[in-house]
Amino acid sequence: MARDKTSFASMAFTLYTLIQTAILCTNAIAVLHEERFLSKIGWGVDQGVGGFGDDPGVKAQILNLIRSVRTVMRVPLIIVNSACIVLLLLFG
Amino acid sequence: MRLRNSSMDGSDGSQLFDDTSATGRGQAGPQAAGGLPGQSLLADPMSNLAMAYGSSLASQGREMVDKNLDRFIPISKLKYYFAVDTVYVGKKLGILVFPYMHENWEVSYQQDIPVAPRFDVNAPDLYIPTMGFITYILVAGLALGTQNRFSPELLGVQASSALVWLIMEVLAVLLSLYLITVNTDLTTIDLLAFSGYKYVGMILGVVAGLLFGKLAYYLSLLWCCAAIFVFMIRTLRLKLLSEAAAEGKLVRGARNQLRMYLTMSIAAAQPVFMYWLTYHLIR
Repeated sequence: MARDKTSFASMAFTLYTLIQTAILCTNAIAVLHEERFLSKIGWGVDQGVGGFGDDPGVKAQILNLIRSVRTVMRVPLIIVNSACIVLLLLFG
Repeated sequence: MRLRNSSMDGSDGSQLFDDTSATGRGQAGPQAAGGLPGQSLLADPMSNLAMAYGSSLASQGREMVDKNLDRFIPISKLKYYFAVDTVYVGKKLGILVFPYMHENWEVSYQQDIPVAPRFDVNAPDLYIPTMGFITYILVAGLALGTQNRFSPELLGVQASSALVWLIMEVLAVLLSLYLITVNTDLTTIDLLAFSGYKYVGMILGVVAGLLFGKLAYYLSLLWCCAAIFVFMIRTLRLKLLSEAAAEGKLVRGARNQLRMYLTMSIAAAQPVFMYWLTYHLIR
Protein backbone atom coordinates (compact mmCIF):
# COMPACT_ATOMS: atom_id res chain seq x y z
CA MET A 1 0.00 0.00 0.00
CA ALA A 2 2.88 2.34 0.72
CA ARG A 3 4.16 1.80 -2.78
CA ASP A 4 0.72 2.53 -4.20
CA LYS A 5 0.37 5.67 -2.20
CA THR A 6 3.75 6.98 -3.38
CA SER A 7 2.76 6.33 -6.96
CA PHE A 8 -0.06 8.73 -6.35
CA ALA A 9 2.03 11.22 -4.45
CA SER A 10 2.66 13.26 -7.54
CA MET A 11 -0.94 12.85 -8.59
CA ALA A 12 -2.74 13.66 -5.37
CA PHE A 13 -3.77 17.14 -6.28
CA THR A 14 -6.68 18.09 -4.19
CA LEU A 15 -8.70 21.25 -4.37
CA TYR A 16 -6.92 22.34 -1.20
CA THR A 17 -3.65 22.19 -3.13
CA LEU A 18 -5.17 24.42 -5.76
CA ILE A 19 -6.20 26.98 -3.16
CA GLN A 20 -2.73 26.85 -1.63
CA THR A 21 -1.14 27.36 -5.03
CA ALA A 22 -3.41 30.30 -5.77
CA ILE A 23 -2.64 31.96 -2.44
CA LEU A 24 1.10 31.48 -2.86
CA CYS A 25 1.13 32.79 -6.42
CA THR A 26 -0.95 35.83 -5.52
CA ASN A 27 1.33 36.53 -2.58
CA ALA A 28 4.34 36.28 -4.83
CA ILE A 29 2.91 38.83 -7.26
CA ALA A 30 1.75 41.18 -4.53
CA VAL A 31 5.16 41.22 -2.87
CA LEU A 32 6.96 42.76 -5.85
CA HIS A 33 7.74 46.22 -4.63
CA GLU A 34 7.24 49.10 -7.00
CA GLU A 35 10.18 51.39 -6.34
CA ARG A 36 12.67 49.01 -4.81
CA PHE A 37 12.46 46.33 -7.42
CA LEU A 38 10.29 46.85 -10.42
CA SER A 39 11.63 50.25 -11.41
CA LYS A 40 15.18 48.98 -11.09
CA ILE A 41 14.63 46.27 -13.67
CA GLY A 42 12.67 48.46 -16.02
CA TRP A 43 9.25 47.14 -15.12
CA GLY A 44 7.95 50.23 -13.42
CA VAL A 45 4.48 51.58 -13.95
CA ASP A 46 5.63 54.45 -16.12
CA GLN A 47 7.71 52.20 -18.33
CA GLY A 48 4.87 49.99 -19.42
CA VAL A 49 2.54 52.11 -21.46
CA GLY A 50 4.19 52.56 -24.82
CA GLY A 51 2.19 53.48 -27.85
CA PHE A 52 -1.50 54.11 -27.73
CA GLY A 53 -2.35 51.77 -30.55
CA ASP A 54 -4.72 48.90 -30.25
CA ASP A 55 -1.89 46.59 -29.27
CA PRO A 56 -0.53 47.06 -25.76
CA GLY A 57 2.05 44.29 -26.10
CA VAL A 58 2.91 41.50 -23.72
CA LYS A 59 5.16 43.53 -21.40
CA ALA A 60 2.55 46.22 -20.86
CA GLN A 61 -0.05 43.59 -20.10
CA ILE A 62 2.20 41.91 -17.55
CA LEU A 63 2.96 45.20 -15.82
CA ASN A 64 -0.73 46.03 -15.81
CA LEU A 65 -1.49 42.68 -14.29
CA ILE A 66 1.11 43.07 -11.54
CA ARG A 67 -0.13 46.53 -10.69
CA SER A 68 -3.77 45.49 -10.58
CA VAL A 69 -3.08 42.40 -8.49
CA ARG A 70 -1.18 44.57 -6.06
CA THR A 71 -4.00 47.08 -5.84
CA VAL A 72 -6.97 44.78 -5.77
CA MET A 73 -5.69 41.88 -3.72
CA ARG A 74 -3.84 43.80 -0.99
CA VAL A 75 -6.60 43.75 1.63
CA PRO A 76 -8.06 40.31 0.82
CA LEU A 77 -4.56 38.85 0.95
CA ILE A 78 -4.05 40.26 4.44
CA ILE A 79 -7.23 38.56 5.57
CA VAL A 80 -6.54 35.27 3.82
CA ASN A 81 -2.94 35.11 5.00
CA SER A 82 -3.93 35.79 8.61
CA ALA A 83 -6.56 33.07 8.39
CA CYS A 84 -3.98 30.65 6.94
CA ILE A 85 -1.49 31.44 9.67
CA VAL A 86 -4.05 30.92 12.40
CA LEU A 87 -5.30 27.68 10.86
CA LEU A 88 -1.82 26.29 10.37
CA LEU A 89 -0.86 27.16 13.93
CA LEU A 90 -3.95 25.51 15.31
CA PHE A 91 -4.15 22.45 13.09
CA GLY A 92 -0.68 21.94 11.72
CA MET B 1 -62.48 30.33 -2.33
CA ARG B 2 -60.25 32.49 -4.46
CA LEU B 3 -57.34 32.01 -2.05
CA ARG B 4 -57.63 28.25 -2.19
CA ASN B 5 -57.69 28.30 -5.99
CA SER B 6 -54.57 30.41 -6.19
CA SER B 7 -52.65 28.12 -3.90
CA MET B 8 -53.78 25.12 -5.94
CA ASP B 9 -52.60 26.82 -9.13
CA GLY B 10 -49.24 27.35 -7.49
CA SER B 11 -48.89 23.66 -6.80
CA ASP B 12 -48.48 22.90 -10.51
CA GLY B 13 -45.21 24.82 -10.73
CA SER B 14 -42.79 23.76 -8.05
CA GLN B 15 -42.31 20.99 -5.63
CA LEU B 16 -42.56 23.38 -2.71
CA PHE B 17 -46.29 23.55 -3.01
CA ASP B 18 -47.18 19.96 -3.56
CA ASP B 19 -47.22 18.88 0.09
CA THR B 20 -49.08 21.82 1.54
CA SER B 21 -51.78 21.94 -1.12
CA ALA B 22 -52.35 18.17 -0.94
CA THR B 23 -52.81 18.19 2.84
CA GLY B 24 -54.66 21.49 2.64
CA ARG B 25 -57.01 20.10 0.07
CA GLY B 26 -57.45 16.95 2.11
CA GLN B 27 -58.22 18.88 5.27
CA ALA B 28 -60.28 21.66 3.77
CA GLY B 29 -62.44 19.27 1.74
CA PRO B 30 -64.12 17.28 4.47
CA GLN B 31 -64.30 20.34 6.67
CA ALA B 32 -66.11 22.36 4.04
CA ALA B 33 -68.35 19.46 3.06
CA GLY B 34 -69.34 18.12 6.49
CA GLY B 35 -68.96 19.63 9.92
CA LEU B 36 -70.67 22.65 11.44
CA PRO B 37 -70.83 25.69 9.15
CA GLY B 38 -69.77 27.97 12.01
CA GLN B 39 -66.62 26.02 12.78
CA SER B 40 -65.71 25.61 9.14
CA LEU B 41 -66.17 29.31 8.53
CA LEU B 42 -63.82 30.11 11.41
CA ALA B 43 -61.23 27.45 10.54
CA ASP B 44 -61.17 27.96 6.78
CA PRO B 45 -60.16 31.62 6.63
CA MET B 46 -57.27 30.98 9.02
CA SER B 47 -55.92 28.02 7.11
CA ASN B 48 -56.52 29.80 3.82
CA LEU B 49 -54.68 32.83 5.06
CA ALA B 50 -51.80 30.72 6.32
CA MET B 51 -51.60 28.79 3.07
CA ALA B 52 -51.70 31.92 0.95
CA TYR B 53 -49.05 33.62 3.08
CA GLY B 54 -46.86 30.56 3.01
CA SER B 55 -47.16 30.16 -0.74
CA SER B 56 -46.38 33.80 -1.37
CA LEU B 57 -43.33 33.58 0.90
CA ALA B 58 -42.19 30.47 -0.90
CA SER B 59 -42.57 32.02 -4.32
CA GLN B 60 -40.69 35.12 -3.17
CA GLY B 61 -37.90 32.97 -1.81
CA ARG B 62 -37.74 31.03 -5.03
CA GLU B 63 -37.49 34.20 -7.10
CA MET B 64 -34.72 35.50 -4.90
CA VAL B 65 -32.75 32.26 -5.13
CA ASP B 66 -33.17 32.17 -8.89
CA LYS B 67 -32.06 35.76 -9.28
CA ASN B 68 -29.00 35.42 -7.06
CA LEU B 69 -28.00 32.06 -8.45
CA ASP B 70 -28.20 33.46 -11.93
CA ARG B 71 -25.80 36.18 -10.94
CA PHE B 72 -23.09 33.77 -9.80
CA ILE B 73 -23.57 30.87 -12.14
CA PRO B 74 -25.00 31.91 -15.49
CA ILE B 75 -27.57 29.16 -15.70
CA SER B 76 -29.17 30.36 -18.92
CA LYS B 77 -25.78 30.36 -20.63
CA LEU B 78 -25.06 26.89 -19.27
CA LYS B 79 -28.33 25.62 -20.71
CA TYR B 80 -27.09 26.55 -24.17
CA TYR B 81 -24.12 24.25 -23.78
CA PHE B 82 -26.25 21.28 -22.89
CA ALA B 83 -28.69 21.67 -25.78
CA VAL B 84 -27.44 18.61 -27.62
CA ASP B 85 -28.99 15.60 -29.21
CA THR B 86 -27.81 12.13 -30.16
CA VAL B 87 -26.87 13.01 -33.74
CA TYR B 88 -24.67 15.88 -32.58
CA VAL B 89 -22.94 13.75 -29.96
CA GLY B 90 -22.29 11.00 -32.46
CA LYS B 91 -20.87 13.37 -35.07
CA LYS B 92 -18.79 15.22 -32.53
CA LEU B 93 -17.26 12.05 -31.13
CA GLY B 94 -16.45 11.02 -34.68
CA ILE B 95 -14.72 14.33 -35.33
CA LEU B 96 -12.79 14.08 -32.08
CA VAL B 97 -11.36 10.72 -33.03
CA PHE B 98 -11.02 11.33 -36.78
CA PRO B 99 -10.88 15.03 -37.60
CA TYR B 100 -9.10 14.63 -40.92
CA MET B 101 -12.14 14.43 -43.15
CA HIS B 102 -14.10 17.28 -41.64
CA GLU B 103 -14.11 20.22 -44.00
CA ASN B 104 -15.98 23.16 -42.59
CA TRP B 105 -14.90 24.16 -39.11
CA GLU B 106 -16.72 27.44 -38.75
CA VAL B 107 -19.35 27.99 -36.13
CA SER B 108 -22.53 29.30 -37.65
CA TYR B 109 -24.23 32.24 -36.05
CA GLN B 110 -27.81 33.31 -35.95
CA GLN B 111 -28.11 37.08 -35.57
CA ASP B 112 -24.90 37.36 -33.56
CA ILE B 113 -25.82 34.52 -31.21
CA PRO B 114 -23.98 31.27 -31.76
CA VAL B 115 -26.32 28.52 -32.83
CA ALA B 116 -27.08 25.83 -30.26
CA PRO B 117 -24.91 22.72 -30.53
CA ARG B 118 -27.91 20.76 -31.68
CA PHE B 119 -27.87 22.57 -35.01
CA ASP B 120 -24.16 23.04 -35.58
CA VAL B 121 -21.59 20.33 -35.15
CA ASN B 122 -18.76 22.82 -34.70
CA ALA B 123 -20.24 24.53 -31.67
CA PRO B 124 -18.65 23.60 -28.34
CA ASP B 125 -20.81 21.88 -25.78
CA LEU B 126 -20.41 20.82 -22.18
CA TYR B 127 -22.23 17.51 -22.38
CA ILE B 128 -19.37 15.50 -23.88
CA PRO B 129 -16.73 16.92 -21.49
CA THR B 130 -18.89 16.29 -18.44
CA MET B 131 -19.76 12.76 -19.45
CA GLY B 132 -16.15 12.18 -20.48
CA PHE B 133 -14.87 13.33 -17.12
CA ILE B 134 -17.23 11.07 -15.19
CA THR B 135 -16.51 8.13 -17.49
CA TYR B 136 -12.78 8.75 -17.10
CA ILE B 137 -13.08 8.49 -13.33
CA LEU B 138 -15.08 5.28 -13.61
CA VAL B 139 -12.66 3.79 -16.12
CA ALA B 140 -9.76 4.78 -13.86
CA GLY B 141 -11.46 2.95 -11.00
CA LEU B 142 -11.91 -0.06 -13.27
CA ALA B 143 -8.26 0.00 -14.31
CA LEU B 144 -7.11 0.25 -10.72
CA GLY B 145 -9.43 -2.56 -9.78
CA THR B 146 -7.97 -4.92 -12.36
CA GLN B 147 -4.57 -4.31 -10.82
CA ASN B 148 -5.82 -4.80 -7.26
CA ARG B 149 -4.94 -1.26 -6.39
CA PHE B 150 -8.45 -0.04 -5.91
CA SER B 151 -9.92 1.60 -2.86
CA PRO B 152 -12.87 3.99 -2.79
CA GLU B 153 -10.78 6.98 -1.73
CA LEU B 154 -8.69 6.61 -4.85
CA LEU B 155 -11.73 7.48 -6.94
CA GLY B 156 -11.98 10.76 -5.10
CA VAL B 157 -8.24 11.36 -5.50
CA GLN B 158 -8.46 10.73 -9.24
CA ALA B 159 -11.46 12.99 -9.58
CA SER B 160 -9.94 15.88 -7.71
CA SER B 161 -6.58 15.56 -9.46
CA ALA B 162 -8.17 15.60 -12.89
CA LEU B 163 -10.39 18.50 -11.89
CA VAL B 164 -7.43 20.49 -10.57
CA TRP B 165 -5.44 19.92 -13.74
CA LEU B 166 -8.44 21.01 -15.78
CA ILE B 167 -8.87 24.20 -13.75
CA MET B 168 -5.17 24.99 -13.98
CA GLU B 169 -5.18 24.45 -17.72
CA VAL B 170 -8.17 26.73 -18.21
CA LEU B 171 -6.58 29.39 -15.99
CA ALA B 172 -3.30 29.15 -17.89
CA VAL B 173 -5.10 29.55 -21.22
CA LEU B 174 -7.09 32.50 -19.86
CA LEU B 175 -3.90 34.14 -18.61
CA SER B 176 -2.13 33.74 -21.92
CA LEU B 177 -5.16 35.03 -23.81
CA TYR B 178 -5.11 38.10 -21.59
CA LEU B 179 -1.39 38.66 -22.03
CA ILE B 180 -1.47 38.44 -25.81
CA THR B 181 -4.63 40.60 -26.01
CA VAL B 182 -6.46 38.41 -28.40
CA ASN B 183 -9.82 39.84 -29.32
CA THR B 184 -11.84 36.71 -29.40
CA ASP B 185 -15.31 35.66 -28.50
CA LEU B 186 -14.12 32.58 -26.68
CA THR B 187 -15.76 32.52 -23.27
CA THR B 188 -14.42 30.72 -20.22
CA ILE B 189 -17.00 28.00 -20.67
CA ASP B 190 -15.84 27.50 -24.27
CA LEU B 191 -12.31 26.96 -23.02
CA LEU B 192 -13.62 24.55 -20.41
CA ALA B 193 -15.40 22.64 -23.15
CA PHE B 194 -12.31 22.48 -25.36
CA SER B 195 -10.15 21.32 -22.49
CA GLY B 196 -12.70 18.66 -21.64
CA TYR B 197 -12.68 17.10 -25.09
CA LYS B 198 -9.43 15.29 -24.40
CA TYR B 199 -11.16 12.98 -21.94
CA VAL B 200 -12.65 11.11 -24.89
CA GLY B 201 -9.20 10.17 -26.18
CA MET B 202 -8.02 9.29 -22.69
CA ILE B 203 -10.93 6.93 -22.15
CA LEU B 204 -10.33 5.23 -25.49
CA GLY B 205 -6.64 4.78 -24.66
CA VAL B 206 -7.24 3.34 -21.22
CA VAL B 207 -9.98 0.98 -22.43
CA ALA B 208 -7.77 -0.25 -25.25
CA GLY B 209 -4.97 -0.77 -22.77
CA LEU B 210 -7.22 -2.73 -20.45
CA LEU B 211 -8.55 -4.94 -23.22
CA PHE B 212 -5.48 -5.55 -25.33
CA GLY B 213 -2.41 -4.68 -23.28
CA LYS B 214 0.19 -2.00 -23.15
CA LEU B 215 0.95 -1.85 -26.87
CA ALA B 216 -2.68 -1.18 -27.68
CA TYR B 217 -2.70 1.57 -25.05
CA TYR B 218 0.26 3.33 -26.60
CA LEU B 219 -1.05 2.98 -30.14
CA SER B 220 -4.55 4.21 -29.40
CA LEU B 221 -3.21 7.02 -27.21
CA LEU B 222 -0.92 8.08 -30.05
CA TRP B 223 -3.82 8.10 -32.48
CA CYS B 224 -6.07 10.05 -30.10
CA CYS B 225 -3.29 12.53 -29.27
CA ALA B 226 -2.75 13.27 -32.95
CA ALA B 227 -6.48 13.58 -33.48
CA ILE B 228 -6.94 15.99 -30.58
CA PHE B 229 -3.94 18.00 -31.75
CA VAL B 230 -5.40 18.45 -35.23
CA PHE B 231 -8.87 19.11 -33.81
CA MET B 232 -7.66 21.84 -31.47
CA ILE B 233 -5.52 23.51 -34.09
CA ARG B 234 -8.31 23.60 -36.63
CA THR B 235 -10.86 24.82 -34.13
CA LEU B 236 -8.68 27.44 -32.45
CA ARG B 237 -7.26 28.69 -35.72
CA LEU B 238 -10.58 30.23 -36.61
CA LYS B 239 -11.13 31.72 -33.21
CA LEU B 240 -7.73 33.06 -32.21
CA LEU B 241 -5.94 34.03 -35.37
CA SER B 242 -6.86 36.94 -37.51
CA GLU B 243 -8.91 36.27 -40.59
CA ALA B 244 -6.03 36.40 -43.03
CA ALA B 245 -3.85 34.06 -41.04
CA ALA B 246 -6.70 31.67 -40.52
CA GLU B 247 -7.07 31.20 -44.22
CA GLY B 248 -3.52 29.99 -44.47
CA LYS B 249 -1.73 33.02 -45.84
CA LEU B 250 1.54 33.85 -44.17
CA VAL B 251 0.95 37.02 -42.23
CA ARG B 252 3.99 38.71 -40.77
CA GLY B 253 4.08 40.55 -37.52
CA ALA B 254 5.02 39.73 -33.98
CA ARG B 255 1.41 39.68 -32.85
CA ASN B 256 0.33 37.06 -35.35
CA GLN B 257 3.36 35.02 -34.53
CA LEU B 258 2.48 35.11 -30.85
CA ARG B 259 -1.05 34.03 -31.64
CA MET B 260 0.22 31.15 -33.71
CA TYR B 261 2.53 30.07 -30.88
CA LEU B 262 -0.37 30.27 -28.47
CA THR B 263 -2.55 28.08 -30.66
CA MET B 264 0.24 25.55 -31.08
CA SER B 265 1.00 25.41 -27.38
CA ILE B 266 -2.62 24.98 -26.38
CA ALA B 267 -2.94 22.16 -28.89
CA ALA B 268 0.37 20.61 -27.81
CA ALA B 269 -0.61 20.70 -24.13
CA GLN B 270 -3.51 18.36 -24.78
CA PRO B 271 -1.45 15.23 -25.63
CA VAL B 272 0.85 15.97 -22.70
CA PHE B 273 -2.11 16.03 -20.32
CA MET B 274 -3.60 12.97 -21.93
CA TYR B 275 -0.46 10.99 -21.28
CA TRP B 276 0.14 12.47 -17.83
CA LEU B 277 -3.31 11.60 -16.58
CA THR B 278 -3.43 8.03 -17.88
CA TYR B 279 0.03 6.51 -17.79
CA HIS B 280 -0.23 5.47 -14.15
CA LEU B 281 -3.39 3.51 -14.88
CA ILE B 282 -1.74 1.05 -17.25
CA ARG B 283 1.05 -0.98 -15.78
